[in-house]
Amino acid sequence: MSMALLETKNLGISFGGLKAVSDFNLTIEKGQLYGLIGPNGAGKTTIFNLLTGVYKPTEGMAELDGEVITGKSPVEICKHGVARTFQNIRLFKDLTVLDNVKVGLHNNYKYSLLDGIFRTPKYFKTEKAMNEKALELLKVFDLDNEAQFLAANLPYGKQRKLEIARALATEPKLLLLDEPAAGMNPNETQELMDNIRFIRDEFDMTILLIEHDMRLVSGICEEVTVLNFGQVLAQGETAQVLNDPAVIKAYIGE
Amino acid sequence: MSFISYLISGISLGSIYAIIALGYTMVYGIAKMLNFAHGDIIMVGGYAVFTIGITCGMNKWIAMLVGVVVCTVLGIVIEKVAYKPLRGASSLAVLITAIGVSYLLQNLALLIFGSNPKSFTSVVSVPMIKLANGELTITGETIVTIIVCIIIMVVLTLFINKTKAGRAMLAVSEDKGAAQLMGVNVNGTIALTFAIGSALAAVAGILLCSAYPQIIPTTGAMPGIKAFTAAVFGGIGSIPGALIGGIILGVIESLGQAYISSQLADAIVFSVLIIVLLVKPTGIFGKKINEKV
Repeated sequence: MSMALLETKNLGISFGGLKAVSDFNLTIEKGQLYGLIGPNGAGKTTIFNLLTGVYKPTEGMAELDGEVITGKSPVEICKHGVARTFQNIRLFKDLTVLDNVKVGLHNNYKYSLLDGIFRTPKYFKTEKAMNEKALELLKVFDLDNEAQFLAANLPYGKQRKLEIARALATEPKLLLLDEPAAGMNPNETQELMDNIRFIRDEFDMTILLIEHDMRLVSGICEEVTVLNFGQVLAQGETAQVLNDPAVIKAYIGE
Repeated sequence: MSFISYLISGISLGSIYAIIALGYTMVYGIAKMLNFAHGDIIMVGGYAVFTIGITCGMNKWIAMLVGVVVCTVLGIVIEKVAYKPLRGASSLAVLITAIGVSYLLQNLALLIFGSNPKSFTSVVSVPMIKLANGELTITGETIVTIIVCIIIMVVLTLFINKTKAGRAMLAVSEDKGAAQLMGVNVNGTIALTFAIGSALAAVAGILLCSAYPQIIPTTGAMPGIKAFTAAVFGGIGSIPGALIGGIILGVIESLGQAYISSQLADAIVFSVLIIVLLVKPTGIFGKKINEKV
């Protein structure tokens, strides 16, 4: 039996009287590529916010690698190994592409404030190691030639990729991708699918992604969960779930 | 020749404004708040150096070190006690709190040191320079102030752009939420910003009290407001803006005092603020925020 990396038990959150998500149960095995789909407003991003500590759940809990992460702050959860991208790109637009990734590397490379102010050998050594690591990550997404560009000046598709690179820099165990293909053309989406597969294989990553592009979901996700009105509508092997009449109904109506 | 002398003293005064403006601009850039108590940190720095160096008669270097440390700690404490609990509150609430902290510091100083001016002994021991057959004299304070300002600018720019902590500050200033999710400790970063700003205020306080060797509880208020004007002039949130804004303002004040009217000098400085706000509200280096419609 393989081990569950992420396990949520009856996870839920209410805003005032409104139950945005309830009874959300999900188990993701190590190394899985898992899809989270559902109509707009179903609560998919809310689940990402619960898993990363942006929201505190009002019920249930989530465990990462056997440790409870619910109730922890976003910084702690990030250190525990959950990283994410955003539906509406949230890069540090006035920083260079390289520096965006280096912000992600923040907690994995250490030197003190004084090392930084007085530029000790330790400072130069650590910064050099950070640069190398960041360039290595950028290379995965063919962004290494744009390392000195401002993030704001990258074309849209590349900004999405940079967000993934920045998230990977935090050295996560679980990578959450929020609509990675949104706004991409079919060629870019194809490239992205290859990238995601590559990340999973190369970095031994477990990936949970939200996506509306069914070609991407059926192309790379082994299993999916369908969310509707904050509740799980269907769960299981991708091809099976996508052909479920209840799922089709939720998406296109009667 | 006198024009050059006014110009140089303007640059020197402007350097002090620039150092203070840095504190305003960094805190605004990162915590998105106007810390109106910033000017009074200058005064605290001045009194700390006065107490250690003159009242207790300790070595001036020790006195300066204590002054910087006191202000740094004070900055962190003020942030923790007064501003951090208001992190989610409206900017107006934070602004009013800042004004409250400012009055608190002034009145504490009044209580401890009284309202009589204390005379401050300059910490600068650099001799004055005479140029052009003695027609142009530049005081040691002027030289030291300009040099210190240049050093601070270079070190700070390198620190912010080239180190981990600086990158974290830039990330937090752009998007607190995203920075947090990338593992950046936002509260720690904001505290660091206040610490740096307050340490700079202490340096400005020492330079200011050395150039104008007198200290009263409201010593920091006027330079604080002028430095705020300088920060707005340069584009609040921008570090080069604080430098340029500070120096231009210092020069305007010095030349205005010399050639227009010494009584109207302050009025001229604040007219600059009004004109800048009318013509270019974002300041010289300020960025215009384009909202997508």
